[in-house]
Amino acid sequence: MIEELLHRSWPWYVTGPLLGLVAVGLLAIGNKQFGVSSNLRHLCAAFLPGNVAYFKYDWRRTGLWNLVFILGVVVGGFVGGVLLANAQPVAITAAAQVSLATLGVRDSSGLVPRRLFNWHVLLTLRGFLMMVGGGFLIGFGTAYAGGCTSGHGITGLADLQLPSLITVISFFAAGAAASFLLLPLLVPR
Amino acid sequence: MTAYFVMGVFFGIVLTKGELVSWFRIEEALRFKGLYLYLVFASAVAVAAAGFALLKRRRARSLTGEPIAIPPKVMGSGVRYVVGGALFGLGWGIVGACPGPLFALVGAGVGVMAVVCLAAVAGTWTYGYLRPRLPH
Repeated sequence: MIEELLHRSWPWYVTGPLLGLVAVGLLAIGNKQFGVSSNLRHLCAAFLPGNVAYFKYDWRRTGLWNLVFILGVVVGGFVGGVLLANAQPVAITAAAQVSLATLGVRDSSGLVPRRLFNWHVLLTLRGFLMMVGGGFLIGFGTAYAGGCTSGHGITGLADLQLPSLITVISFFAAGAAASFLLLPLLVPR
Repeated sequence: MTAYFVMGVFFGIVLTKGELVSWFRIEEALRFKGLYLYLVFASAVAVAAAGFALLKRRRARSLTGEPIAIPPKVMGSGVRYVVGGALFGLGWGIVGACPGPLFALVGAGVGVMAVVCLAAVAGTWTYGYLRPRLPH
């Protein structure tokens, strides 16, 4: 019974509020702003600052807490995704199943479709563009916009900041366009 | 530092158990085929907004003793928010994961996501390099 409860996935009204509490908690603990993509900048500053002004700052002072936080996220991913893994396929809507089937994705078990995300696919042109191209756009875009789904989407929106609202509208619109128009070109045939 | 690590672990568990790392959930939302992600997002923002407002109104200090303040984002021309947001959105739609979930997925055993994380670091580095020439 307990075992089953621990492995079951959470409903939105548990997930959403807890997510909001992460942002409130970081602020209450150390006046830190919840935002994951800053870590991409801190990683550059720590390992490969080159001669780039954007990476010349004291990353230990401003970013070490966030790098420690993201290390925790990796561990949390192991706890939630492996130790407490949900054996059932994700309960997406029937309409979503039909839509994703047009991409050749019919098996909704696991966290990502294994058919799309594996090392063999990475070595194909389409797979490389999907994973490396997509990752590059995520890193470039979040740095340019100064935040991602956490920093703009939760912290910025919850603080009623207009730049964050603009960013959120922009990334949702582009995300929908990419899912409908680009993804069909990139999934393995 | 331990507190931030613990918060990170908690966030990682919320991301995985709440299926926010799920490619299926993200693509479901971006194809407007389900409300799950929108409900999570709206309730997260509502709780965070209430918490922020409370902390600000009480002029609270953090546990480390600092006055709590969220610096406003500079609007500038706004180009960075429209274009940066759009480029991020394209990557998000293609990969089906945003930065937090990318890291959580590595921990959850989807090893190939480490390559996506490295590509994201390369993207951020490229932005830093081109930054003086980009409109903000």
